[in-house]
Amino acid sequence: MSKTGVFICHCGTNIASALDVYKVAEAAKAIPDVSYAAEYKYMCSEPGQQLILDAIKEQGLKRIVIAACSPRMHEITFRKMLKKSGVNEYLLEIANIREQDSWVHEDTGKATEKAIDLVRMAVAKVQKNEPLKTSFIPVTKRALVIGGGIAGIQAALDIADAGHDVVLLEREPSIGGRMAMLDKTFPTLDCSACISTPKMVDVSAHPNITLMTSCEVESVSGYIGNFKVAIRKKAKYVNHDICTGCGLCEEKCPVKTDSAFNRGLSKRPAIYKLFPQAVPAKPVIDKESCIKIKSGKCGLCEKICPLGCIDYNDEDRLVEEEFGAIVLATGYKLAEWQSMYDEYGAGRFPDVIDGLQFERLVNASGPTEGRITRPSDGKEPKTVVIVKCVGSRDIKKGHPYCSRACCMYAAKHAHQILEKIPGSRVFIFYIDVRTPGKGYEEFYDKTRKDGAVYVRGRVSRIYKEGDHIVCQGEDSLLGRQVRVNADLVVLETAMEPSEGSAELLGLLGCAKDEDGWIQEAHPKLRPVETQVGGVFLAGVCQGPKDIPDTVAQASASAAKAIGLLNKDEMETSPMIASVAEDKCSGCGACEPICPYKAITLERIPDREPGTGRKIERPAARVNAGLCQGCGACTVACRTGAIDLLGFRNNQILQEVDALWP
Amino acid sequence: MAIDSEPKIVAFCCNWCTYTGADLAGLNRMKYPENVRVIRVPCSGRVNPQFILRAFRRGADGVMVCGCHPGDCHYSTGNYFTRRRFMLMRELLEFNGIDPRRFHARWISGSEAAKFRDTVTEVTEMIRGLGK
Ligand SMILES: Cc1cc2nc3c(=O)[nH]c(=O)nc-3n(C[C@H](O)[C@H](O)[C@H](O)COP(=O)(O)OP(=O)(O)OC[C@H]3O[C@@H](n4cnc5c(N)ncnc54)[C@H](O)[C@@H]3O)c2cc1C
Ligand code: FES
Repeated sequence: MSKTGVFICHCGTNIASALDVYKVAEAAKAIPDVSYAAEYKYMCSEPGQQLILDAIKEQGLKRIVIAACSPRMHEITFRKMLKKSGVNEYLLEIANIREQDSWVHEDTGKATEKAIDLVRMAVAKVQKNEPLKTSFIPVTKRALVIGGGIAGIQAALDIADAGHDVVLLEREPSIGGRMAMLDKTFPTLDCSACISTPKMVDVSAHPNITLMTSCEVESVSGYIGNFKVAIRKKAKYVNHDICTGCGLCEEKCPVKTDSAFNRGLSKRPAIYKLFPQAVPAKPVIDKESCIKIKSGKCGLCEKICPLGCIDYNDEDRLVEEEFGAIVLATGYKLAEWQSMYDEYGAGRFPDVIDGLQFERLVNASGPTEGRITRPSDGKEPKTVVIVKCVGSRDIKKGHPYCSRACCMYAAKHAHQILEKIPGSRVFIFYIDVRTPGKGYEEFYDKTRKDGAVYVRGRVSRIYKEGDHIVCQGEDSLLGRQVRVNADLVVLETAMEPSEGSAELLGLLGCAKDEDGWIQEAHPKLRPVETQVGGVFLAGVCQGPKDIPDTVAQASASAAKAIGLLNKDEMETSPMIASVAEDKCSGCGACEPICPYKAITLERIPDREPGTGRKIERPAARVNAGLCQGCGACTVACRTGAIDLLGFRNNQILQEVDALWP
Repeated sequence: MAIDSEPKIVAFCCNWCTYTGADLAGLNRMKYPENVRVIRVPCSGRVNPQFILRAFRRGADGVMVCGCHPGDCHYSTGNYFTRRRFMLMRELLEFNGIDPRRFHARWISGSEAAKFRDTVTEVTEMIRGLGK
């Protein structure tokens, strides 16, 4: 006999009125493994718990079954209670005779029979329970934020303000992301730089933040609280420790190459800052276009630099850093519409531009100093067509999803054109207008009153006719074809996950959704966590959104990271997978099935059967920090070597068997 | 025993969705037949086909495996494996001489108390129809 005690709760009358608790207690006593059974009005109450504790002591109970409400209600309460008793808190099973019995059945006799079955199952299972221990892992009190757009900036500032060290890693030479490219921001039309550059400066001045620009993540190992990240510091060819950012080199450099920041609308030198307010405010050399690096000639910047900062022999360096938490904020890129929409000219007409190009055109520090002109001839356009949902909500050619910010920035673009070009006309082709934000509907309304003409329908063709660009489409409200002779066409194109996002997610073991965005741990209840413990997400990398939503999400993920970093140690659930190495054949079937990359094949020492010679062979190993206890691996295992503690194969089979004693 | 004429059905329910949904049915005092015995597992992906065969071999009249809706699994991909695995289950059952209509895999979320009640009722009726 294993000295199991069974305790049956009346739950006031919640249980006792619908089934015969005394009969259940009698039946429990008759189970061979049970040495003691009792019933009581409220087992979870103070005296109820005392009754159990006393029985443990007096009867020398070794395993406990409580038949009461759902384990989801009081399992934790009773585990805590057991900690005071000397019985390991995992030698406990709960029979759910309230939510799944007394509350849902009307026939007292049958409900009682069911309760007896449930008790029998719990008793059978608890015989195979093992004492388990929660283990503690230390937490490295340092966060890594990947991506220096507004999401990464906000998350880094929040975590740093809470007193933790943060590394903000950005692969471009400056932080700022897409927001730095924008002119004004809807719906308030405050200038983007005016609200984002002070935050960028805060980042660079914050004592707790280390800024790592021109850097990329090379590899990631470890787990929640204990990540090891190898970071590639790309060669800058400029010693930022002594450079003051005076800018002489940028003026003297003879190279002119397309400025990616201005989206090809202007040129920049080979030694350059991403944009005038770049942080850090120091230039780097782009090795692809530098004459000196490519052919050994030139060297002008080295000659002109008063401080001797230039080093053409600079090389990439790898550093390894440790972090307790990681925030992903890698943002988005705009879709390459040229390869998706042949009927829009596929990029052959310079006056068909995308939304970010328009932002640069209308921006006072952009290539035209804020004058809206046609890229082809520099003339001011009088008629502008804006096409929404290019690549979004288009299952055939683009993406099924809505890019969410476009309805609003299309209205913003219309407003800016009407305001800056007197007498201009703006036509907006749309499928729907979606304005679900504070002040958004009002902004859209105002834009229409300003004179923007909304045409409901998709543009089917864009072609050149003389000096005009003709946009042809159907007005689906009027049911007729429309043609607009435009001077400039702005395509509001779909947001897509940043370049290299899939590779980064692969390094971290995070999943992506069907469209490539980062998959959150739960779409409703854990929206800023990834399913890798300790890795959080913020901003558009999770899916298209605007700046207010991005910033809110960034602060939310910072709160999650801070919560983790505030701990010195982390408690981990002991109900995780465990490998019996002697049974493991090293086949590796469990490895790919694990959603958390918690299983690796490692070589373990062994003896050769027969000869007894020392050999090494592969066996699965579970990383306790990564395993979340789902048990998927146990089903993949062919030899039964990998099992789930707390829900072992034999525990579950015991429950099944108990139904047919 | 009186209930010997009643079918006994084993339901493996994942902790995060269906078990929660079943609890909610209780909170809402919904009524359904007494025939189902729930075994709580962390995820539907934890359910080994061996458990199902064992239940049938011991005398179960029906077996259910219930978890989160595809895509909603607490462990993200667990129930995709479940789905794939149990598509093959029919053949395995037939091979073992068990009527595959006695086995049901269903997705019931933590909020779908009514669906839990209806599913249990429907499956119980159906199995009753198949006889002991
Ligand atoms: C034309 C246009 C106009 C818009 N106008 C508005 C507006 O008026 N109001 C508004 O609220 N929203 C507007 N938006 C939306 C706005 O741009 C986004 O909501 C916001 O910029 C998202 O910020 P983020 O930090 O998530 O992403 P991003 O700004 O894309 O930042 C991501 C950063 O991560 C870096 N990065 C990416 N991958 C890696 C990697 N692997 N390693 C290191 N670094 C990496 C990138 O270089 C970048 O700096 C507009 C969008 C467009 C396209
Ligand atoms: S947790 Fe419910 S099916 Fe995986």
